[in-house]
Amino acid sequence: MEKRVVFRSAWLPYALLAPQIAITIVFFFLPAAQAIWFSFLVQDPFGLKTEFVWLQNFKELFGDSHYLDSFKVTAVFSVLVAGFGIAISLMLATMADRVIRGALAYKTLLIWPYAVAPAVAGVLWAFLFAPSIGILTFVLKRMGIDWNWIIQGDQAMLLVVIASVWKQISYNFLFFLAGLQSIPKSLIEAAAIDGAGPTRRFWTIVFPLLSPTTFFLLVVNIVYAFFDTFGVIDATTQGGPAGATQILVYKVYHDGVKAGDLGGSSAQSVVLMAIVIALTVVQFRFVEKKVQY
Amino acid sequence: MRFKVFGAALFAAGILAAPAAQAQTEIQWWHSMGGTLGEKLNALATKFNASQKDYKVVPVFKGSYPESMTAAMAAFRAGNAPHLLQVFEVGTATMMAAKGAIVPVSKVMADAKEPFNPKAYLPAVAGYYTDSKGNMLSFPFNSSTVVLYINRDAFKKAGLNPDQVPRTWKEMNAAALQLKVRGQECVYTSGWPSWMHIENFSAWHNVPIGTKENGMAGMDTVFSINSPLHVRHLTMLGDMSKKGLFTYAGRTNQAEAKFASGECAMLTSSTGAQGNFRANAKFDWSVNFIPYHDDVQGAPQNSIIGGASVWVMSGKKADDYKGVAKFFAFLSTPEIQMEWHTGTGYVPITMAAYEMTRKSGFYDKNPGADIAVKQLTNKPPTANSKGLRFGNFVQGREVIEEEMEGVFAGKKDAKTALDDAVNRGNVILRKFEAANK
Repeated sequence: MEKRVVFRSAWLPYALLAPQIAITIVFFFLPAAQAIWFSFLVQDPFGLKTEFVWLQNFKELFGDSHYLDSFKVTAVFSVLVAGFGIAISLMLATMADRVIRGALAYKTLLIWPYAVAPAVAGVLWAFLFAPSIGILTFVLKRMGIDWNWIIQGDQAMLLVVIASVWKQISYNFLFFLAGLQSIPKSLIEAAAIDGAGPTRRFWTIVFPLLSPTTFFLLVVNIVYAFFDTFGVIDATTQGGPAGATQILVYKVYHDGVKAGDLGGSSAQSVVLMAIVIALTVVQFRFVEKKVQY
Repeated sequence: MRFKVFGAALFAAGILAAPAAQAQTEIQWWHSMGGTLGEKLNALATKFNASQKDYKVVPVFKGSYPESMTAAMAAFRAGNAPHLLQVFEVGTATMMAAKGAIVPVSKVMADAKEPFNPKAYLPAVAGYYTDSKGNMLSFPFNSSTVVLYINRDAFKKAGLNPDQVPRTWKEMNAAALQLKVRGQECVYTSGWPSWMHIENFSAWHNVPIGTKENGMAGMDTVFSINSPLHVRHLTMLGDMSKKGLFTYAGRTNQAEAKFASGECAMLTSSTGAQGNFRANAKFDWSVNFIPYHDDVQGAPQNSIIGGASVWVMSGKKADDYKGVAKFFAFLSTPEIQMEWHTGTGYVPITMAAYEMTRKSGFYDKNPGADIAVKQLTNKPPTANSKGLRFGNFVQGREVIEEEMEGVFAGKKDAKTALDDAVNRGNVILRKFEAANK
């Protein structure tokens, strides 16, 4: 039997929803509609001359090999960020869950990076890894590694992945910890009595029971990698070197704001919109079915 | 709208009732000069405001060059653009093409009957902001160029004569090798890769960056930076990079920090870095002409400028433009130019200001401060060396830099990289042409 709250008033639910809907319309639907409209236009940055060109912008976009490269970069980047972000925080949460003494201190410290803005996280890591003055660069040089992300694309990618993951771990950690604490201790104790070791208990009991949390975090992390990492990239590599860290959302910003190509940039954001809608649908329709609640 | 008019009428009535001293016309000036430069700019505005009663220039810092340009574009669309906008040199073509959004400086000056002689400005400076018919479109404000800095102490340590600065790329390579052999970790680095090694390189060797006088004579220009000379130069840089004689530091001025700290012994970067070095470099250094390839006929020609100019936005009242013209006349005076030049390290934009600074003895006390002007006026500018005007060059320059990075990283050969830069750059040019038909 589902619990349901039923509104008897005809207007009250709408009135309560109105502020949220108004915000959604003004800040999401209107700009999105404008982006779709702009994606069919070619115009100069001052808006003096506007020409309707149908799908010209999209045609140019998919004919541009660098745009296609940006897809690859985004795929690699989001898989790495979501993968490492979830794996590391799950490990940390499992460990923190078992700590008895000083647990609060550990948890607080682990949650801390979440309060750091993406741009600040980016700058922080960029300093640590700075090609000529970074402390970590110094250590790497001692180990004989030529570290220079200004010019080495792979290293630049590694840098933005590290900064993005570091920043997201806290968020994931919080959810995993809450998820772990809601798993009934009796289940784990029963398994322990039956002779299952910690590893086995984790994979056969804890991990499946955590799957709703993991699934939720997968969605959130991919969206994070797609959009919120903008600050990290803008503050460090700015998409370089040679486009090695130019993820889709950064290219939208770059082409629209820095390069003044509103039509091309709008077409890109329409593509991005379609990707995110598709991803969300796939995740909820197919992945969710396999999740045990 | 009606309320606005009514409100404005009420407001005007209020002003009329107030003492006449209140009737000052405000001139909004959006700029991108942060830190010390911002203070110097504010000082100029304050001085102008104190010099007369009718107009008040209000400088507003709007972030980096691309940021303030974007902000002005959005403001223009919304109908409240500033009167004046400082735009960096690569944004010139974009501003020029926006005919309805800007008023040419020559027209502003003529309408206000302010004395204005374009010939008074350094040709390499004025040429950059003048259309093919000879009308000056924007007001040159802060101009710099690229020069070669050397660490004299590092030269001495490596057994090189610091007074014999490499003049050619051949000598540059020889000096670099000697420095390297004698244990200098980072030998040569460069800021602004495209500005130095493509744009200024072309002007310095009197070869075109693009057809149609580097885009100045028409929007149907195409890039020509994959010429044998360009390929040869980039190949050389790639080799130097491989041998550890050239260290790439990034697309803007990151290289300057490497020189200032003493890490790198030679640097090509903006003249604007001198202030920083004077304050922070703990070694003896000098400013010099950028190197050239001595087998190229006519080289060295003259270098081209960077920096920014001030654009006048359209749609303001006629009286406002009179104030703008007065302000420009004020900025052009040799005294003000000298103050700006000596205070910031930017180039003096008129010959009179240069002469005045020379006579004041500033260059004797600060050797090298006049190198920029000497280099810009080395020879009368040709069609290849008076500047460049490519649409969406913010994007174009990044394409060039991306390809150069491929060479420095050893992933691409110079020929392929420059061919790709030309092809990709031309796509951007065609797109700009289509949007500005």
